[in-house]
Amino acid sequence: MNNAALLLSRLQFAFTVSFHIIFPSFTIGLAAWLTVLEALHLKTGRQVYREVFEFWLKIFGVAFGLGVVSGIVMGFQFGTNWSVLARMSGPIQGPLLSYETFTAFYLEASFFGILLFGRSRVAPWFYLFSTAMVALGTTLSAFWIMANNSWMQVPVGYVVQNGMFVPNDWFKIMFSPVLWVRFPHMLFASYITGAFCVAATGAWYALRGVFGAEARIMLRMGLYLAAVLVPMQIFFGHLTGDYVHDYQPAKFAAIEGRWHDEQPGSEVLLAIPDSASESNKFAISVPVLGSVIGSMSLHSKEVGLTDFPRANRPPVAIPFFAFRVMVGCGLAMLLLAWVGTYLSRKGRIEQSRLLLWLTFLSFPLPFIATLTGWFTAEVGRQPWTVYGVLRTAESVTPFLTARTALTSLIVYCGVYTFIFAFGIFYIYRLLRAGPAGSLIAHPASATPGRPMSIVDEAPMTSSRDVPIAAHPVTWVK
Amino acid sequence: MVMFWVSVLALSILLYVLLDGFDLGVGILFGLTHDEGRRRSLMSAVAPVWDGNETWLVVAGVVLWGAFPLVYATLFSALYLPLLLMLAGLILRGVAFEFRHKTQRLRWVWDAAFSGGSLVASFMQGMMVGALVEGLPLSHGEYSGGEFGWLSPFTVICGVGLSLGYTLLGACWLIRKCEAEVRASAYRLIPYLSLALLVFGMAVFVYALSEHLRVMGRWLERPYLFAFPLIAAAAAIVLAASVRQRRDGPPFYMGVLVFAAAFGTFAATFWPYMIPFSITVDQAAAPHSSLAFMFWGEGLFILPLMLVYTAISYRVFRGKVKSTSYH
Repeated sequence: MNNAALLLSRLQFAFTVSFHIIFPSFTIGLAAWLTVLEALHLKTGRQVYREVFEFWLKIFGVAFGLGVVSGIVMGFQFGTNWSVLARMSGPIQGPLLSYETFTAFYLEASFFGILLFGRSRVAPWFYLFSTAMVALGTTLSAFWIMANNSWMQVPVGYVVQNGMFVPNDWFKIMFSPVLWVRFPHMLFASYITGAFCVAATGAWYALRGVFGAEARIMLRMGLYLAAVLVPMQIFFGHLTGDYVHDYQPAKFAAIEGRWHDEQPGSEVLLAIPDSASESNKFAISVPVLGSVIGSMSLHSKEVGLTDFPRANRPPVAIPFFAFRVMVGCGLAMLLLAWVGTYLSRKGRIEQSRLLLWLTFLSFPLPFIATLTGWFTAEVGRQPWTVYGVLRTAESVTPFLTARTALTSLIVYCGVYTFIFAFGIFYIYRLLRAGPAGSLIAHPASATPGRPMSIVDEAPMTSSRDVPIAAHPVTWVK
Repeated sequence: MVMFWVSVLALSILLYVLLDGFDLGVGILFGLTHDEGRRRSLMSAVAPVWDGNETWLVVAGVVLWGAFPLVYATLFSALYLPLLLMLAGLILRGVAFEFRHKTQRLRWVWDAAFSGGSLVASFMQGMMVGALVEGLPLSHGEYSGGEFGWLSPFTVICGVGLSLGYTLLGACWLIRKCEAEVRASAYRLIPYLSLALLVFGMAVFVYALSEHLRVMGRWLERPYLFAFPLIAAAAAIVLAASVRQRRDGPPFYMGVLVFAAAFGTFAATFWPYMIPFSITVDQAAAPHSSLAFMFWGEGLFILPLMLVYTAISYRVFRGKVKSTSYH
């Protein structure tokens, strides 16, 4: 076994998947928000909802494109770097991920085209339906990815035959309780990401004193939505913690920073875990709270890391700190959403520049929370790829050399940094320009002057490409 | 069940080669012109369809993983570097469609990314096909050829060959979609491209004979294989005739026929092997429970929808493109 190649492959997977998740977690939430906006537009007939819709649709297009492009690499990487895992778990992971491609492709590609070009060509209810179908497509995509990952976290419904995980109960795989806790957790994370990005944009415009009506809608809807969703997310986060407690005790102990069995267990709030001495430095802990959180009990015995042989323990520092960063971001968002909602109900939000600033600056929080949540889940699963059954060190392509793995890591880092730097710059430019320009270059209105533009732009396949191309005027400086 | 998924895999690979083939070819041709008007026409001719085309690669990839995990794992890990370069090429050319219109100063960067990415992706795909034909060194079911086991004079020839083939398809597509100067220069290019492909075919044949590739034995065992080159030759004759008469319709379909014949040759030559002469379809197939799970949802319902959808989007996009429009 080549340890350098293994480490480089893990780094590459972590890098590419972390970069990738940023975009879907944003677009899943945004698609749902677009559906709400279109429904409001239809119900109230207010033009401003439509303007906000058109504006966010363009941003959706760019982010969606970057998500698709970075996602392609993921589908190949299992085979190139993790060939043993790919061969063994292919009968289960392969079908799950193929469903992801098939369902997402069909729904997103067909209906996204209608969103871009169909406004004047389809009935309003059908336009709303198309928006909902795009949202459903992104949601289904998330579902299959979570089904796949949840199976890796807690494998069920299989037998091992000829060195492969052979599915013998798809019902168990599809209705694994772990999946149905983690899928909502991811979905809410996406919705909250969308909500905070929208609210932050609204706050930005409010601070600059531009786009008053649109800014009001963005700020209010974003904050109200977050005020409802964040508590629900914390609840599902707790349920996710319960599954970890029950099915992955070593991961739970690492998250808690608990080295030795305790009865009742205390809760370490902050510390610096030290693997060498198997203890925490500078620990701040609350007695008994660990048992309450872990088992809803005052007396329960809570398992420590030293119960597990060193070879079966996850690294402690990353899950320990990542989890705390995630929770910290969650609590900060909860506070912000509630205070913002309160001020908004009182009609004072536009006067509170401090709150507007905080809201504007809050847009990285949901992304950080999503990423650190995934770090906790994935690093905490170590040293396994399929928990308890297949080790990461045994999953990697056996003949992969460090030189090859380093080459691909450098190439992916280079290409991603290059395209994402441009992509984010263009999203920034769109956001800065604001919603006013959104109706200027609407393709439907551009059509009569350019008869070919129907054949030119209408085909719905170009989900990645068309959104920007369709609005040339707004792009030209 | 196994036959169903072999067919789906074959169909998605064929669709990928035909569809992304022409738009990669247009990408290569893009590098040969410096005129902004022509470049726009070229991009317009493929912009609305390219990412739908590329989706078939992803479909082929996930079907391969779900239905034939052994081949997915063996092949992808063996072809590590060519796959890496292919993906990098596809990513860069893909984002170039969006980004070149957003900048004046840095447009050359995205133009280079578009044509360079297209060429690299095509070349790598050709090399990978070549490596399969030549035979990947496997021992005990595991690749044993090292980092560059896929690299040989033969695979380089195949890389050049597929790039030429895609370029030919691209030129035929441009005849259908464009007018004026772009169409005229595509017509002028086709004879040269066809000639180069012919030379490539002969080079492959001579190489295979001299190296005693096991492939050649198959042709003696299965004489019906000669039907495929005959189909290709007939298509080439029609292609030549319609190019002479400047008829815009047939060339693309003839190019498609040549590619389909080449694909049929591969499939029929190697059947029932998926990785030639070491892993067969039956050895590679996933357990029945996996294949059935895929069949009763995506196979039976979604796949037909995807095919209808692809057909519709090409129908919407039929006709010539105006060179003045934004892609």
